[in-house]
Amino acid sequence: MIKYFIFCSFILNSLVGFTQEKSEMKEIHGGTFVPLYGSDSSEVIVAPFLLDVYPVTNKKYKEFVVENEKWRKSKVIQLFADDNYLYKWYSDTEYPKSMLENAPITNISWYAAKAYCAVQGKRLPTMDEWEFVAMASESLANAQTDSVFNQRIIEGYELPKTYAKPVGSTFKNYWGIYDMHGLVWEWTNDFNSVMITGESRQDASSESTLFCGSAAVNATNLMNYAAFMRYAFRGSIKANYNIRTLGFRCASNESEKAD
Amino acid sequence: MIKKHLIFGAVISSLALFSCSGNNENSNEQKAPINAADIVVQGEMDAELTSPPLVPAPVGNRAAKKLKVNMEILEQEGTMTDGVKYIYWTFGGSVPGSFIRTRVGDEVEFTLSNHPDNKLPHNIDLHAVTGAGGGAASSFVAPGHEVTFSFKTLNPGIYVYHCATAPVGMHIANGMYGLILVEPEGGLPKVDKEYYVMQGDFYTKGENGQPGLQPFDMQKAVDEDADYVVFNGKVGALTGDNALTAKVGETVRLFVGNGGPNLVSSFHVIGEIFDRVHTEGGLHANENVQTTLIPAGGATMVEFKVDVPGTFILVDHSIFRAFNKGALGMLKVEGEAQPNLYSGKQTEGIYNPEGGTIQNMPGEAPEPSKASTTAERIAFGKQIYTQTCFACHQAEGQGIAGAFPPLANSDYLNEDVERSIEIVLKGKTGEITVNGDKYNSIMTAQTLTDEEVANVLTYVYSMWENDGDVVTPEMVAKVKNKH
Repeated sequence: MIKYFIFCSFILNSLVGFTQEKSEMKEIHGGTFVPLYGSDSSEVIVAPFLLDVYPVTNKKYKEFVVENEKWRKSKVIQLFADDNYLYKWYSDTEYPKSMLENAPITNISWYAAKAYCAVQGKRLPTMDEWEFVAMASESLANAQTDSVFNQRIIEGYELPKTYAKPVGSTFKNYWGIYDMHGLVWEWTNDFNSVMITGESRQDASSESTLFCGSAAVNATNLMNYAAFMRYAFRGSIKANYNIRTLGFRCASNESEKAD
Repeated sequence: MIKKHLIFGAVISSLALFSCSGNNENSNEQKAPINAADIVVQGEMDAELTSPPLVPAPVGNRAAKKLKVNMEILEQEGTMTDGVKYIYWTFGGSVPGSFIRTRVGDEVEFTLSNHPDNKLPHNIDLHAVTGAGGGAASSFVAPGHEVTFSFKTLNPGIYVYHCATAPVGMHIANGMYGLILVEPEGGLPKVDKEYYVMQGDFYTKGENGQPGLQPFDMQKAVDEDADYVVFNGKVGALTGDNALTAKVGETVRLFVGNGGPNLVSSFHVIGEIFDRVHTEGGLHANENVQTTLIPAGGATMVEFKVDVPGTFILVDHSIFRAFNKGALGMLKVEGEAQPNLYSGKQTEGIYNPEGGTIQNMPGEAPEPSKASTTAERIAFGKQIYTQTCFACHQAEGQGIAGAFPPLANSDYLNEDVERSIEIVLKGKTGEITVNGDKYNSIMTAQTLTDEEVANVLTYVYSMWENDGDVVTPEMVAKVKNKH
């Protein structure tokens, strides 16, 4: 499988002509799960796909802007990234030493993340794909009922300034993927497809087919509390926002490896 | 019922029309209250925001204005109690959040900023806002962004504000609440001191007092099993040097809120009776109240004149919360004692239900035992130590750092036996240095016989690597008679 993938990326490399080294990916076998916004009868099927092992780093993103001028701080179109884009960078291609090379890139918009992945021949993961991988602990593909794991996720969400840590500094999950929790939030392709409005209590009472998240929240399902925080975060952002605690990683379809 | 009232009312009004058509006074009293929504604002000003326990200056007679409020949300580490850290989510950097003071008819232009380092989106639901969600939907803001919304204050009162972002309970449990006051036209009646107190319950992974950075425990929060119940966000926020203060004769007004998330407060000030309580923050004051309930997500205004000096303790009278979980504050009142109001202790006597005369069991009263050997002296001395000295100097003579000097392996003790005898007999105040550490506290004179002093000191000298001096009753008598 990996062999296929390397072959595939080789072709892609030659097609788009970029020189960056490819970031490591792992295969996610796929399966079904019930997301926060769903009910028991609305299982989501996640097809097999490939996902970056680590979030995209400052170093990798710098390589991207060096080669893609339109994504430089001074060139970027306001519509695609507001004033916080690469906020701490002091020039188009330099960031301060306080930002580690191998820390996750943040202060990037959805458009920028999407463009980055496209250049790699990849795409952003869908929210369902991301959530599917995120429910895996070190040993279980689905750790939704593991209260210790879930408490740990919530604790991770509370810790300040984790965006400054290097990638790989949290745990490696069942799929071999690092840093799904405890480092940065991550953009997903359809981040705004489930709306949690500012009035979270209203979400619970109306438009329940989509917003019945709160019905799933009870004392026995702490996993959903953590998920609630992610959905709330996604509900607060727009595609041209650039946030210090929000990064991304790329995915690709498994079928592409056979191309 | 309604029908009867209507008929009765009609009779009254026709009587009124008939009998006092020329009476203006009456019609003045009937004057419809000004609709707050119709109050026209004059000019604008920046709102003064204060951290607890302080409140901004009263509105006084000022006209309704456009009032600009700028509040920043900060997720930051703070201290829950000595040695215990907690990540607080705050409105304005404090728990409870900054106090907002408005008057009825103000147009509040509220800007909520979410610090870029914050991880989570937040918003604010102000109970003083008439409108869907109390502003929550309009104020939902991602980290590194700010939003502005406006509202008009329609109802005078004291109101809670809080974050209402999912999961709501967690945002509140981490400290995201505060108070907003809407004063009536002309302001609240003037008082001498005003303070801002807000209760909250906290849920930590470790038990109460377990040191280190304690994460929020969602399961305990769901179970309503609080580790800390505190005033103003931490244990000791209102005690010792942080105590509220007032002078005898002053009238104190406390704006007391309860952020929850779960527990209802039985708010009480030990040694005071509230002259007035605006129950649940409402318009009407109840009088002469001992303990008032403050619901989670509710607030009250209590007023009382402090008549006598002393330290008055603020508690949640669900009393284990006060003495075991932190819900304790202090109001220190200085001034002259008022013996006609409170005497202090007047007499202390023996309570003897059998009657005033001294009762003796039949037979010989046992003679106090006299030590004949050093071993006996040490054995008797140990009993005296346990009854008299143990509480301060501790079981192993180790003392308590900073408060009570050690007797174990003590250079000060061994240096001068006569001085030790004198201290036991006459007490000691002022600074001394023991084993290199300075102590400055008070030891009272002990009411012991010469024999007992000799025994206890011999015991102390025999223990804990001290020099083993033997003190006799004769030595004690000599020191006693020296001056």
